[in-house]
Amino acid sequence: MPAEFERSTTIALDLICPAGSLVSLKAAIDHGADAVYMGFRDNTNARAFPGLNFDEAQAAEGLRYAHDRGRKVLLALNTYPQADTWSRWTGAVDRAAKLGMDAVILADAGLMRYAVKQHPQLRLHLSVQGSATSYEAVNFYREHFGIQRAVLPRVLSLPQVENVVKHTDVEIELFGFGGLCVMVEGRCLLSSYCTGESPNSAGVCSPAKAVQWTETPAGLESRLNGVLLDRYGKNEKAGYPTLCKGRFNVGGETYYAIEEPTSLNTLDLLPDMLKIGVAAIKIEGRQRSPAYVTQVTKVWRAAIDAVKKNADAFKPTPAWQAELNKLSEGQSHTLGAYHRPWK
Amino acid sequence: MLNLALPPQLANVVTRLPAAPPSLAFSAVANRLLWPALKTLDWQALAGRRYAIRVKDLGLNLRFTVTQSGFAADSGAPDLTISATARDFLLLLARREDPDTLFFSRRLVSEGDTELGLTVKNLLDALDPDTVLRQLPAPLARAAQRWMAA
Repeated sequence: MPAEFERSTTIALDLICPAGSLVSLKAAIDHGADAVYMGFRDNTNARAFPGLNFDEAQAAEGLRYAHDRGRKVLLALNTYPQADTWSRWTGAVDRAAKLGMDAVILADAGLMRYAVKQHPQLRLHLSVQGSATSYEAVNFYREHFGIQRAVLPRVLSLPQVENVVKHTDVEIELFGFGGLCVMVEGRCLLSSYCTGESPNSAGVCSPAKAVQWTETPAGLESRLNGVLLDRYGKNEKAGYPTLCKGRFNVGGETYYAIEEPTSLNTLDLLPDMLKIGVAAIKIEGRQRSPAYVTQVTKVWRAAIDAVKKNADAFKPTPAWQAELNKLSEGQSHTLGAYHRPWK
Repeated sequence: MLNLALPPQLANVVTRLPAAPPSLAFSAVANRLLWPALKTLDWQALAGRRYAIRVKDLGLNLRFTVTQSGFAADSGAPDLTISATARDFLLLLARREDPDTLFFSRRLVSEGDTELGLTVKNLLDALDPDTVLRQLPAPLARAAQRWMAA
């Protein structure tokens, strides 16, 4: 592989698992995550659900648990601060540094500047919410804020990912599994038309208080602030109640007019990701329960170990695929934008 | 695997029972077995909220509130109703299935206050299973551990 940059680390396909609670964090570590990512208990992260996430004491205990076992903890601070709540976000950066987080995952450039100035030793990752899709953008964040890693939005094909990796010394992290979003990550305002709350500042696409599920004779209905999102027939798999994944009547036809509720599953692409030099694979789902974290971590640990052992012979087992399919939102899974054979 | 389905005759009888005795029995059992662990959680924000657990295959409708001193049977309109089969409830209790997984596949139905449902789910998820197991009578703890690892 032609490499324009000398990489300082040989890190390859680190498994990054979600933790919405201390129990989930321990499940991820126990089943082979190289690192977990978590959020504080407020809207400084993009999974701001009631009762989810970590207070300072829990975060400290999680860090101890991970570090005792040689693993890492990353903190998602990936929403966009507003002028009147700026100090909540900078306070979260300060707490992350004090606690000894292995990295903070940031999206906002102002917050990055704050972190670099106040805590130069703190490792920075560029969040997927930062929407950097080119190596020029990634390198901009590198030059100005010294970011060590970037999580790429789920819009690039693998050849495009490869092009980014070749032209930067920033580690590249890709999403491997879980819920997909409409792919204008960091810039999506869609649900605020229903709820009045922008997902990227309030920290959630569909605030639970605005969501209503009702069993009706016609099927299971989901509503967001009164707006009908979908009506599931008796045997249809349901999805999260987000506006982007609803079925709407457009031009006399009712269908998923924006995006189908499918889950990303890139097991098949692991050999390519390894060859390209992808540093880490991220599993979506901090909102899910410890059972999900256990199941998904087990499968991905086994798969990554297998591909590192022998990439040429690697083939996902039917058992892995069945386990991941069971966990999926919606009807099926997809390789997402990574795989575009017509390209 | 445990066969949790009741014989149809017995299920018929259970279905016809008034809701109050099963709710009373549920609260008594939950207080004895689960409350010692659950009381370590912060229930303050959820005071006075009413829940219904509908065990579909058994025809049971368990209605209760959670107070500072534990579960209490209740007959008011529930704020949150969760429906599933006995087996799926036990899979959730044992942390062998994720509620979202069951929800996507339509095996778990949540009706009423979504925010309350999510808060309770996240509260229970944060509870270390060992805390629950330690408080159970030893034979039951052993059985639970076997079921969790099955």
